Formats: sequence, C-alpha cells, structure tokens
Amino acid sequence: MIEFRQVGKTYPDGTTAVEEFSLTVPSRSTAVLLGSSGCGKTTLLRMVNRMVEPSTGSVLIDEEDISGVEPVALRRRIGYVMQHSGLLPHRRVIDNIATVPRLNGASRADARKRGYELMEIVGLDAKLGLRYPGQLSGGQQQRVGVARGLAADPNILLMDEPFGAVDPLVRVELQRELARVQEELKKTIIFVTHDIDEALTLGDQIVVLKTGGAVAASGTPAELLSNRQDEFVSRFLGLDSGARSLSAEKTDDGELLISDAQGRPLGVVPAQTDRADRP
Amino acid sequence: MNNIVEAVRWLLTADAWSGTGGLWVRSMEHLGYTLIALGISAAIALPLGLLIGHTGKGRGAAVVATGAARALPTLGLLTLVALFTGIGLTAPMVALVILAAPSVLAGAYAGVESVNPATVDAARAQGMSGWQVLTRVEIPLGLPLILSGLRLAALQIIATATLAAYVGAGGLGRPLFLGLRTYDYPLMLGTSIVVILLAILVDAVFGTGQRLLRRIPGLAGPQRAPRGQRRDSRRATAAAPAAGR
Ligand SMILES: Nc1ncnc2c1ncn2[C@@H]1O[C@H](COP(=O)(O)OP(=O)(O)OP(=O)(O)O)[C@@H](O)[C@H]1O
Ligand SMILES: [Mg+2]
Repeated sequence: MIEFRQVGKTYPDGTTAVEEFSLTVPSRSTAVLLGSSGCGKTTLLRMVNRMVEPSTGSVLIDEEDISGVEPVALRRRIGYVMQHSGLLPHRRVIDNIATVPRLNGASRADARKRGYELMEIVGLDAKLGLRYPGQLSGGQQQRVGVARGLAADPNILLMDEPFGAVDPLVRVELQRELARVQEELKKTIIFVTHDIDEALTLGDQIVVLKTGGAVAASGTPAELLSNRQDEFVSRFLGLDSGARSLSAEKTDDGELLISDAQGRPLGVVPAQTDRADRP
Repeated sequence: MNNIVEAVRWLLTADAWSGTGGLWVRSMEHLGYTLIALGISAAIALPLGLLIGHTGKGRGAAVVATGAARALPTLGLLTLVALFTGIGLTAPMVALVILAAPSVLAGAYAGVESVNPATVDAARAQGMSGWQVLTRVEIPLGLPLILSGLRLAALQIIATATLAAYVGAGGLGRPLFLGLRTYDYPLMLGTSIVVILLAILVDAVFGTGQRLLRRIPGLAGPQRAPRGQRRDSRRATAAAPAAGR
C-alpha cells in the first residue's frame, strides 16, 4: 500500500509543483494520475522512490514512512519507468534492462536471460538486445524502459507516461499487455498519463489533477464517468463537448462499455465485482 | 636555413643517436619523465576533478586555482623549487606536475559535467549509489573529455620537460642546453625537432585512443548519433575548449 499524506513540494526555485495531496493506493491495484502538463504528476511519482523529497507531508509504503528508508535500497525494489526512457546510452539494450537485477547481485548471465524474457513481454525483437539505445526508435526505447522497470520483479511500479512515444496501435497493444501482466502479477502501480482512454483502461482508481497537484476528482472509472462532479473534469474527459462525449453503458456481465459520441466503443472497464475481490 | 639542413643531416647520422648521451637514450629519458609527471598529475588531479564534477562542489575554487597554476612561469617555479631540493629530478617533477595538473583537473570535471543530467538522474532512479553513478555512468560517458585533458597535459609536459636539464637532470634538454651554450645551432635545432616528433607521436597515440572510444555508439559524437537525445555529446564538444583543446 502506498499512501501520500498531505504531501507538498516547492522546488528550490520557488515553483510550487504540489500544494497538498493525499492518496491511498491499495496493494495490488493500479492508480492512474491523470492531468494536463505541469500539474505535478511526475513530481508526485518521484516522491515514492525518493527522487523528490516532499517539502511537507509524508509518503508511506506499507505503513512505513519512507523518509527513513535508505534511498538506494528503496529504489532498487521499486520499478520506475521514466517519462523519457532514461536509458544509459553507453550500454546495450539488454544490459540496460538488466541494470537493477545486476545491482541486486544477479549474475550477468541470469540478468540477461531475464532481460530477454522481458523483451519478449514488451514486444521487442530479441535481436535488438545487442543494440545501443541510440540505435532504437523512440517507441522502442520506451518499451526498453518498461522492460527495465519490470526486470527486478518489484512489488511497486511507477510508470510515467510509459507509452507516450508509441503509435496508437502499439499503445493499445502495450496497454493490454500491461493489463494482462497486472492480472497475473498483481503489482501496486502508479501510472501517469494524460490520455483518458489509457486511464480508463488501466486504472482501478483514477485521480484527475489540476495545476498544483489539486485533486479535481477521483474514483473508479465508472464513478468518474457517471458522476460529472466537476466542470473541469467533464471538460477534461471530453464529457461536455459534442465532439468527444463519452458515455458509459453497463453490459450484461457487469462490465462498463465506454463509447464516444458516435457510439464507437472505446474500451471496456472490467466488472466492479472483480475489483471488490482484490485484497 | 643552413642550420636546418645541417640539423637534419646530423639527425640522420648514427652517431647522433647512439651512446649514453645519444638522442635515443635522451628521448627515452624524456618520455620517462613525461610518463612519471603525467602519472603524478593524474593521481592528484583525476580524483579531485572527478569529485568536483560529481558533486558540483568546489568548481569555482578549482577554476581559480587552475587559472593561477597556469599563470605561474614554469622556469621560475623550477628554479625556486630547486633552491630547496637541489639538483636532480625532484624540482623539475614538481614544476611539471604543477604545469600539467590543471589540464587534467579541468578535463576531469568538464568530462563529468558533460554527461547528460537526465542520464545521471535515470541511473540514480534505478538505484545506483553515488559511487556506482560515478564509475559506471559519469566516467565512461565523460571519458572523451577526461582523455582530452590528459592529452593536453602530456603535450605540455613533453614540451617543457627540456627544462629538467636546467637543474642537472637528463632528457632532451641536455643536448638542447649544450647547443645553446656552445652556439651549436644544428645541435639545438636537431634536438628541438626530436622533441616535436615526440610530441606528435604521443598526440597521435592519444588521438587514436579517442577515435577508438568514439566507435562506441553511446560515446559517439553528434555527427554519428542516429537519433534521440544526444544533448550530452553536443555539450561535450562545446565544453572541449574549456578543457584546453
Ligand atoms: N526540478 C525542478 N525545479 C523546478 N521546478 C520544477 C522541477 N521539476 C518540475 N518543476 C515544476 O513543477 C511543476 C510540475 O512538474 P511535473 O514535472 O511534476 O509536471 P507533470 O505533471 O509531470 O507534467 P508533464 O505532463 O508535462 O510531464 C511544473 O510547473 C514544473 O515546471
Ligand atoms: Mg511528467
């Protein structure tokens, strides 16, 4: 369980990125932080692995305040997929993926073997493993970043717009893949995006943020779509404009079918009962 | 003009190169001094420069100190130290190290600073300790500039090591000063040519090393970078003049 307790962050230059933010992410669930550029999503995410120290408030993992946890050890047990892939340019793709297992003491051979498994999971051709990051496309680099985040099999995954640079088709594929992996491995995930469809597909809970990390709305995808609580949220979700008004419709299985104004289905939100089962 | 012709003619005789005071022995002495002085400079200035680059602390002081050290007249320094240490190798070594260390230091911190901050941030975020970030990310990626500093230092030492003879040590300074004192211009010129050739040789060795390094895709210069973010290497070349190249 990850808990933000009234955290705030003011950077040394005086920018207040987050004012006062609280959120509880239950174990084995996915929370999506949704919001437009500059609203503090990355800042919040990086508080969890202590890449950003909150100026006020605290972050807890399984009831333990992480300000007392040694940062290096903490980071090695948290998978972090960065917004801009953040690969090491002088290391081969496979060694980039194997970074954390290697830091945790795995042998080179074991770490590489694990790396190739992950390349398959994220849909990368194994022969790309011996290339250097600079020799990959932006989308391929991002997938390497995802593989690296998963490599040490962490319980917690922080994903910062991990699919931002891949085309819509691959993106949907990767979202499905992540949903499948999540179904199986049940990690605690905080996922940042400004893509509404992605949020609806992946989130158990979605937090819509305004500037300064202020919560405009939060809840399950169904709650968010049905209660148009807030003008900002409606606008953000495209619920108020004719061009992209989303509607949610319960199917017989209890799933929510999300459609746009023209009635084109956009995605399916799994049944609510499923969620209730989760620990 | 005549002197040059004569100098070259002298260089081409076997006599000039053989014997205990011959050019061959003197060249080896000269190279030896260079290696020792470069080694000491590196041992002092590399760790310091890497530390400054890694922590970002003490940079201002380093700039001032290296500027001051570079402004010192080497001959004066040599004489001064020799007054305390007497005739021998100590005084020239001190002078050469003070001459060369600033270049090594500047190359080291410029190299570390040239690494893309986003890459360092990513390495930390994956759970590398400060030491691991330095040894596995900052040094390898900063190597081109670190080597530039060493290269410059080596050239400065080779050119200046002739002064060792001024306080009684060996090296190519011996025939040079002999020529100077006896008005033997061909001897002076010939020896100078050997010093120059030695410098070119050492420079070529470093050049080859750097070119080989650039073959590694992650360290490639901007012209070879396929795509993606290569801010680091662009800044690396921009920072190169600061390292003295
Ligand atoms: N190191 C920093 N120093 C100063 N200000 C910063 C720093 N990092 C972020 N900020 C500022 O904090 C605010 C929030 O930044 P953050 O990166 O968290 O936004 P974000 O929601 O992730 O945006 P995006 O969707 O564009 O990635 C922005 O106004 C940004 O300019
Ligand atoms: Mg961001």
